[in-house]
Amino acid sequence: MISVKNLKKSFGELEVLKDINVEIQEKEVVVVIGPSGSGKSTFIRCLNRIEDITDGHVYIEGTDISNKKVNINKVRTDVGMVFQQFNLFPHKTVLQNIMLSPMVVRKWKKKEAENKALALLRKVGLEDKAHVYPDSLSGGQKQRVAIARALCMEPKVMLFDEPTSALDPEMVGEVLEVMKQLAQEGMTMIVVTHEMGFAREVGDRVLFMDGGYIVEEAKPEEIFSNPKEERTQAFLSKVL
Amino acid sequence: MDFKWEIVIEYLPFFMRGLGYTILASLIGFVVGAIIGLVIGMGKSLSNPILRLPFIWYVNVFRGTPLLVQIFLIHFAVMPIFIKPPEPLISLIVALALNSAAYIAEIFRAGINSIDKGQREAAYSLGMSHAQVLRHVILPQAFKRMIPPLGNEFIVLVKDSSLGAVIAAPELFYWGKVAVGSYSRVWEPYLSVAVLYFVVCLVLSYVQSFLERKYATDDQRKKSKKVVRRARGAEGH
Ligand SMILES: Nc1ncnc2c1ncn2[C@@H]1O[C@H](COP(=O)(O)OP(=O)(O)OP(=O)(O)O)[C@@H](O)[C@H]1O
Ligand SMILES: [Mg+2]
Repeated sequence: MISVKNLKKSFGELEVLKDINVEIQEKEVVVVIGPSGSGKSTFIRCLNRIEDITDGHVYIEGTDISNKKVNINKVRTDVGMVFQQFNLFPHKTVLQNIMLSPMVVRKWKKKEAENKALALLRKVGLEDKAHVYPDSLSGGQKQRVAIARALCMEPKVMLFDEPTSALDPEMVGEVLEVMKQLAQEGMTMIVVTHEMGFAREVGDRVLFMDGGYIVEEAKPEEIFSNPKEERTQAFLSKVL
Repeated sequence: MDFKWEIVIEYLPFFMRGLGYTILASLIGFVVGAIIGLVIGMGKSLSNPILRLPFIWYVNVFRGTPLLVQIFLIHFAVMPIFIKPPEPLISLIVALALNSAAYIAEIFRAGINSIDKGQREAAYSLGMSHAQVLRHVILPQAFKRMIPPLGNEFIVLVKDSSLGAVIAAPELFYWGKVAVGSYSRVWEPYLSVAVLYFVVCLVLSYVQSFLERKYATDDQRKKSKKVVRRARGAEGH
């Protein structure tokens, strides 16, 4: 479903992704871990080309998005993304936040978009917040709205870049719970996170990144109990 | 000092007519300037550095030279190409429009750039095109932030339009000068003119802060309206 071949990414002189190769299957939940600055965000942001691709190829369902000629907006409708800082639209209500893109991009009728949005709000447990502005929500609520907003486009894959890192500890659980449910429903997910418990419980595979490479990849039980690479061992001994 | 009120009263109709032209010239100048400014602002944001260059230099030139010099150049050098003889009021409006466009372009750009880049990224990640991101996400938020500087620019423009007097555009200050000429008295005409400018600018600054407040509380307001509407709907059932 996603195939990354020799992906490289530089910011000016600084080469952040050096040679990334990975295949991700449908319905797989892939967790990306690694130290700060190792390129996790950059990697996940290349998967919907929010970050320009310097070299190599990223195939989303066979479409090579490193090709400047592909209609990237079209591809992005199938690739949902959830950000560390939520990035809800402050001038729109919760419901409007969720309905906006289905209406302007997918050209759904208002009623249709509203029904779907309300159903998603129910799913993330926030139907009573439909008509408030994001300002009045807690961090955990904002992030659940952001997830609902991405889901309303009916994406085939969801990218999460440290979705719980900006949250107060007591709100982390409610967001992880929504993500867990999503995984159980068979959503293909790529999740950058420091939540090792989530990685262990929900992840099908863990990628450990360091210095712009995927240093090790394995099933969670393997990588956590028996990491092969020295750098993985060093990192895990610090975070576990 | 004896202040001769009869001079003020005698010239008041002319001052009022002049004030009308002052407001007209500033308003048209501002609206046209905003349209040109929008184009310049977008041009300055082009990614191609060569295409961007003329827009950058437009702003540099109009901000880097005195408006008075621009008015002379436009009235005596540029306008005669189109209108013979050049019409002072039109020259003034053209100068105000071209000049304010440079400042308004910067206001637009700063307003748009002030929106957190996460907003753009989230919108793009939802599949929106450049135009859709601008229209639904960036501009509505940027607009609120543009109100104060746009208001300031308009107030500046009203005052700067007094430079039209030097090319005999029949705006407010021009009539002040005429009155001074015909009575050989300076206090009465110039003070009257100053008071009129002051009143207009004062009113404008009130309008500005009203708009600011209105849009600042916009989200709040919509929210309460919606609650009321829903409550009404509930009653109906
Ligand atoms: N827009 C940018 N311009 C220049 N350098 C950047 C940019 N974005 C990221 N970098 C650099 O790229 C490197 C990798 O950043 P990235 O955000 O991908 O790391 P990360 O693994 O997500 O780290 P963290 O855990 O702190 O989020 C860092 O050295 C960072 O400073
Ligand atoms: Mg990161």
